[in-house]
Amino acid sequence: MRGGYLTRRLASAFITIALITIVNFVLFRAMPGSPERVILRGTPNVTQAQLQAARVRWGLDKPVFPDQFVAYLGSTVRGDLGYSFIARGRTVTDVLAQRIWPTVILFGLGELVAILLGLALGAYTGWRRGGPIDHVGNSVSLILYSTPYFLLGMAFLLIFATTLRWFPTFGMLTAGMQYPDPWARFLDFIAHLALPLATVSLGLVGQYAIVMRSSIVETLSEDYVTTARAMGLREGRILGRHALPNALLPTVSLIAINLGYVVAGAITVEVVFNWPGLGTLAVEALTARDYPVLQGVFLLLGVSVVLANLAADLIYGALDPRVRT
Amino acid sequence: MTTARSMSAARSAATVPVDSRGRTLPRQADPGQPLLVVENLRTYFSLDGDTVRAVDGVSFTLNQGEALGIAGESGCGKTTTALSLVRLLPSNAKIVEGAIRYFGIDLVQKSDTAIRRYRWREISIVFQGAMNALNPVHRLRDQIAEPLRERLNLKAGAARTKAGELLELVGIPKKRGGAYPHELSGGMRQRAMIAMALACDPAIVIGDEPTTALDVMVQAQILELLERLRRDLGLSLVLITHDLSVIAETCDRILVMYAGRVAEEGLVGEVFRAPRHPYTQKLLAAFPNIQADRRTLDVISGSPPDLRHPPPGCRFAPRCPFAMEVCTEVVPPEVTFDGVRVACHLYPPGSDGVPVTVPPAPIEAGPR
Repeated sequence: MRGGYLTRRLASAFITIALITIVNFVLFRAMPGSPERVILRGTPNVTQAQLQAARVRWGLDKPVFPDQFVAYLGSTVRGDLGYSFIARGRTVTDVLAQRIWPTVILFGLGELVAILLGLALGAYTGWRRGGPIDHVGNSVSLILYSTPYFLLGMAFLLIFATTLRWFPTFGMLTAGMQYPDPWARFLDFIAHLALPLATVSLGLVGQYAIVMRSSIVETLSEDYVTTARAMGLREGRILGRHALPNALLPTVSLIAINLGYVVAGAITVEVVFNWPGLGTLAVEALTARDYPVLQGVFLLLGVSVVLANLAADLIYGALDPRVRT
Repeated sequence: MTTARSMSAARSAATVPVDSRGRTLPRQADPGQPLLVVENLRTYFSLDGDTVRAVDGVSFTLNQGEALGIAGESGCGKTTTALSLVRLLPSNAKIVEGAIRYFGIDLVQKSDTAIRRYRWREISIVFQGAMNALNPVHRLRDQIAEPLRERLNLKAGAARTKAGELLELVGIPKKRGGAYPHELSGGMRQRAMIAMALACDPAIVIGDEPTTALDVMVQAQILELLERLRRDLGLSLVLITHDLSVIAETCDRILVMYAGRVAEEGLVGEVFRAPRHPYTQKLLAAFPNIQADRRTLDVISGSPPDLRHPPPGCRFAPRCPFAMEVCTEVVPPEVTFDGVRVACHLYPPGSDGVPVTVPPAPIEAGPR
């Protein structure tokens, strides 16, 4: 039945992406302001004829439904997301391609660190419940969990960048810097990455540790763990083979759900550190009313959340035979 | 030197202890000693600063090839007694007194690491497999093979073959070994649990309510299976149940527990024919007889005492229709006659099994 499970998950992911695409279309048609005016912004004494020419040129003279909608769907499927209003002559795809990597690096690494650290901490504290590390770890997790990203980020900036001057305050690379070799450039990048990365991973680690801890505690009281103990297995094996695979299940869905919120977090962290990723791009596009770019960012984030959930579903299926049927 | 060494080698080879079935026993074991002797076992739980005397001075013996049934209401210490045997207690429970001698080796004195040697290889437990005793994420065959690999150091292939044989032994086709627990019925899961318990060829198998969650037909099949395995493999069985008919069918001896103590213990035939302890009498009377006319069951009114503050004398006294003054003050000593051990003031030492005072007619228990 494995194939059936996979097909169902893929179908549901496809439908969700299709819905996101449609909502994205409707949302931006409903926004105030007319595209032709934004396009002709800066042109002095715009005439009705010029406006009409722009409308015809961009297909805005045709009805929204079905003509514009069909054109939108067709070009979206082909990967053509239109042109940026602000960055003249640049396609949205081009703008997105440039800004996606900083976000992928920052949040990919941040999630990875948080998952590894959080699950390990949670598993250990749950296993040694009531021990000294559990007490300390639990309080730290709670504090981290309840601190908003921007607060954590600003605290880091204040302490490590402004006061101690260990790390730069903003950006991804030092502006106007001439690097003697690629290695120096890489080190400069790492120095810029350190604080935002710490903010992202520490902001998530508390939550993961708390969920993993309670999951392990619950799993350890299950009958099959008693069976494993009765078998005379070593403690490490009981934890690794019997408790962990079952305890991981709730954390997998949590992480997947979390990815949606990570997008929201991305905006605040990137803005605090002026990190040139999709978060800052979204803010720039919003303030400049660069709707095509904003639409592209929305679509990209929506699709990546769906894909992350799909991945979580597949991992869940691999871990738990009960959901595969 | 050479002589001394060869002598010591010969000595150690000659003294590897073996039980009556030819199983190799742990080195310190004395095959001349009984299989299992529990002496004055006390297991207490600490609960919010209070001490719960869950098992409070329990003694019994299990001989090789014997089946002992432990009966009693819920919360009377049956399961705690069983889990104490291999020290599988939760972290807030502790054996505070007593000895558990397996062929003379006191398991209470073993370290947490050393006790592992006795788990599964000497004493294994059949939990309620129908419930959650099997790990939902592993295939049956892997779960059965695990103790073989981990405890007996079998290679993967050999362990897999043996796991298949064990499944066949309990009546599950070998090819079902690839199934996950959720793909099996309750009865099949219980069989798989039994196959698991037999993996390391233990001397004692403890069944902790092994048939409780099953319907009667499946229950009968599981009991039949346990009975057959005991006969064929020469196992010794400890069967914990609140279902007296299960004990009547499968066990040689019955141990009736009440509130953490032994109320009565003896051969099944003897105890069922003439129960001495008022609690045993009540327990048997509370059991429906399929041949008797339809009537309201004789229930035991009240409930077992709070084991944080048990009554000072006999723990059954508050619910006992024959309770005398002495019962509320003095803990009744255990006396043995005709092979039946009973702890009740109606039978003081030397009474020879005849109640001291002819008690008043039993008070009707509760409104009918």
